[in-house]
Amino acid sequence: MEPYHMNLNLKVWRQKNCKTKGEFKLYRVENISSEMSFLEMFDVLNEQLIRDGDDPITFDHDCREGICGACSMYINGKPHGPWQANTTCQLHMRAFNDGDTVVVEPWRADAFPVIKDLMVDRTAFDRIIQAGGFISVNTGNAVDGNSLPIAKDTADTSFAAAMCIGCGACVAACKNSSAMLFLSAKVSHLALLPQGGPERKSRVINMVAQMDKEGFGACTNTGACEATCPKEISLTNIARLNKEYLFASITAGR
Amino acid sequence: MLDAKIPAGALDDKWTDYKGHCKLVNPSNKRKLEVIVIGTGLAGASAAASLGELGYNVKAFCFQDSPRRAHSIAAQGGINAAKNYQNDGDSVFRLFYDTIKGGDYRARESNVHRLAEVSNHIIDQCVAQGVPFAREYGGLLSNRSFGGTQVQRTFYAAGQTGQQLLIGAYQALERQIALGNVKMYSRHEMLEIVKIDGKARGIIARDLVTGKLEKHFGHAVLLCSGGYGNVFYLSTNAMGSNVTAAWKAHKKGAAFANPCFTQIHPTCIPVSGDHQSKLTLMSESLRNDGRIWVPKKQGDNRKASEIPEEERDYYLERRYPAFGNLVPRDVASRAAKERCDEGYGVGTSKQAVYLDFAAAILRYGKIEAGKEGNDHASEDDIIKSGKEVVKEKYGNLFDMYEKITGENPYEVPMRIYPAVHYTMGGLWVDYELQTNVPGLYALGEANFSDHGANRLGASALMQGLADGYFVIPYTLGNSLADEIYAKAIETSHPAFEEAEKEVADRIHKLMNIKGTQTVESFHKRLGKIMWDKCGMARNEKALQQAITELQVLKKEFWSDVKIPGGIDEMNPELDKANRVADFIELGELMCIDALNRNESCGGHFREEYQTPDGEAMRDDEHFMYVSAWEYAGESNWNLHKEPLVYEVIKPTQRNYK
Repeated sequence: MEPYHMNLNLKVWRQKNCKTKGEFKLYRVENISSEMSFLEMFDVLNEQLIRDGDDPITFDHDCREGICGACSMYINGKPHGPWQANTTCQLHMRAFNDGDTVVVEPWRADAFPVIKDLMVDRTAFDRIIQAGGFISVNTGNAVDGNSLPIAKDTADTSFAAAMCIGCGACVAACKNSSAMLFLSAKVSHLALLPQGGPERKSRVINMVAQMDKEGFGACTNTGACEATCPKEISLTNIARLNKEYLFASITAGR
Repeated sequence: MLDAKIPAGALDDKWTDYKGHCKLVNPSNKRKLEVIVIGTGLAGASAAASLGELGYNVKAFCFQDSPRRAHSIAAQGGINAAKNYQNDGDSVFRLFYDTIKGGDYRARESNVHRLAEVSNHIIDQCVAQGVPFAREYGGLLSNRSFGGTQVQRTFYAAGQTGQQLLIGAYQALERQIALGNVKMYSRHEMLEIVKIDGKARGIIARDLVTGKLEKHFGHAVLLCSGGYGNVFYLSTNAMGSNVTAAWKAHKKGAAFANPCFTQIHPTCIPVSGDHQSKLTLMSESLRNDGRIWVPKKQGDNRKASEIPEEERDYYLERRYPAFGNLVPRDVASRAAKERCDEGYGVGTSKQAVYLDFAAAILRYGKIEAGKEGNDHASEDDIIKSGKEVVKEKYGNLFDMYEKITGENPYEVPMRIYPAVHYTMGGLWVDYELQTNVPGLYALGEANFSDHGANRLGASALMQGLADGYFVIPYTLGNSLADEIYAKAIETSHPAFEEAEKEVADRIHKLMNIKGTQTVESFHKRLGKIMWDKCGMARNEKALQQAITELQVLKKEFWSDVKIPGGIDEMNPELDKANRVADFIELGELMCIDALNRNESCGGHFREEYQTPDGEAMRDDEHFMYVSAWEYAGESNWNLHKEPLVYEVIKPTQRNYK
């Protein structure tokens, strides 16, 4: 595809910190190349704002190759923007046309308070992992890696769940701000592997309790999370989580 | 000044003997000792978790919003280990030998041998943590090849090995946080080392959300802060990756070793324009199946599909028949640059070569047809099933390529070009990973120790985890055993106050320049100087020019940089200004080091020193040493040399032909 240039109108959420009220502000960027990434377009805008003596827009970003999970923009009503299975940093300006108006907001969820502008606090996810998203094995205890064969299908399914990048798009997409897809990805990753067996019940019970404590909403199976997930984490993980939770609950204490 | 503290005895026995005789700290005393860990990538997270498990009081810091986002997460291809699961002749010795040779004989034998020894434990540890490595149908672990080796010793999880290993270490870290053994400080940046009586005793960190400075005491400080590739502005590093922690340590007395040893990775997506903010790697694992070529004719403007087989130059296969497309990174990068400089480059910029999967798709397709006993499969069917195999192996990389370039690599060859990827240089450390400042350690990419002048693929993950899981838990105890009577020092101590004031003064100074040029514009100019004059090829004249230009740039930065916003708030421009200021100083040292090293070795290629056929020409007689630079005031450094003694391996000219 031949590169082209465009002028865009941006409607961006500005908020000084979590204690002040935010608002949309309008900006115009010109001569944007279709080969730029969405964040590079924001770089252009920020350079412009700094030169004009305005405050640049704060947003999270780091690896810019779709794997660290830092970037988190709600673009035209969809987390990470219009492309399927994609992160904001990998969204390229080819997705837009000259004259478009693009609306950019932060993730909206009680459990993800705004720090500034488009940057939110996602430490709730870390605390959910702290509640049980691990296998309790100290360094040095391990036996030979090949002493525990794992069927390829099982390993692949576990890997597909483990691909979650913890970006929070699932929460942002959900009308209930539920963290079930994130949580179920971790529970599935570990429950599918024999190594995760010994803590299988306590893990799911404790992680769900922590999720509730953090103020995430309940799951009503609308599937918006799966549709928006940049790593295409499957809804079947939520089914597995529910099964794990049910089994753990009814057999608690045994 | 430099004592590498290499244990006596045969190479094979050094680490075992060391572990058998090093001092220990009993559990009740560990509880009284505080350890600061800077950075939560593979080295930092594994160290913090392992030390927490041992019972130390650990404080871990990262500038990202969560430890899980450290840049180790972006590593794609794999992690090496000498398991010899493939029965193809691998061993600890071979991994050790390949790493030393790959590093062009500029690494320390004892450290590299230890790395090879612990490599197998890493795989076991990661499997136990639930890292979902790729497996064969029999349920056992799968391996593939990487550059600079002739065995299959690389373990992987599709193209996301770094992610899976980091998540493993992150989960271990979060577990220790939950148990109260580690306290985590995310969105914090270390801005100064605090030294008391010559020992590292703490840090000054800035809370990036509030802008407040904090003082933290530690009986020891571990820098696991990664590499400095972003000095080039464009690199495959994450946007936030920086040298600041290591540079502060350097200015407080820690020697910086081999700063000019930087790795240019041969297979990255080429630059598309001035707007480019970073470059994206296409994993080295692709060279298992992709063939690299350019047209035989200069300035050939035909599409790849229109260039017939006999008019293609598979230059790596031609020049290096024994290793072919899997030569080490430095060799592959230089060969690509050579072809493009000679006018054989492809794409609109002509600064690219092809990485072509058509042959692999056909080969795999035929194998699949053969498995089904279908001897008469049509070419279309063969290609279709071949594409499926390639998708299973490299699907996520192909998707990423398509998102960035808008081209489908299943149909047209990828265009690739070398880009800055890793830095072999770093803080000088001894066998115990301690810098020359007592109590200050450096792990992972932040130190210089294991990769010499060129790192082999899939060895960075190995080194980060080796340092964190299996080396530091032993070597840290050896010195902390002498600290059990040292009470924690109150952070009201004058040394802390003074360090905090230094940091605050510098931030005020930066904010009060109120100039006209943005931080980003300075960073871009720095990157251009470094890439043009201290990049893939270097020469005396250009390096001298670069030093002058960098000194001018530094002056301009400190008199004309424009930083918006305030100090006591979230201010990413201020964070970046702090980092770029340090990068400019580092750039100067890199050029000085490159100028001093009158030889070519590994990633350091001095145009004056090459063989008639364009290979790097080492000078073992004069340069078989580690250059460790001691900071001696502005633009001034003293060189200390640590001679490299090869007791087991005989250095020769590297030959991959």
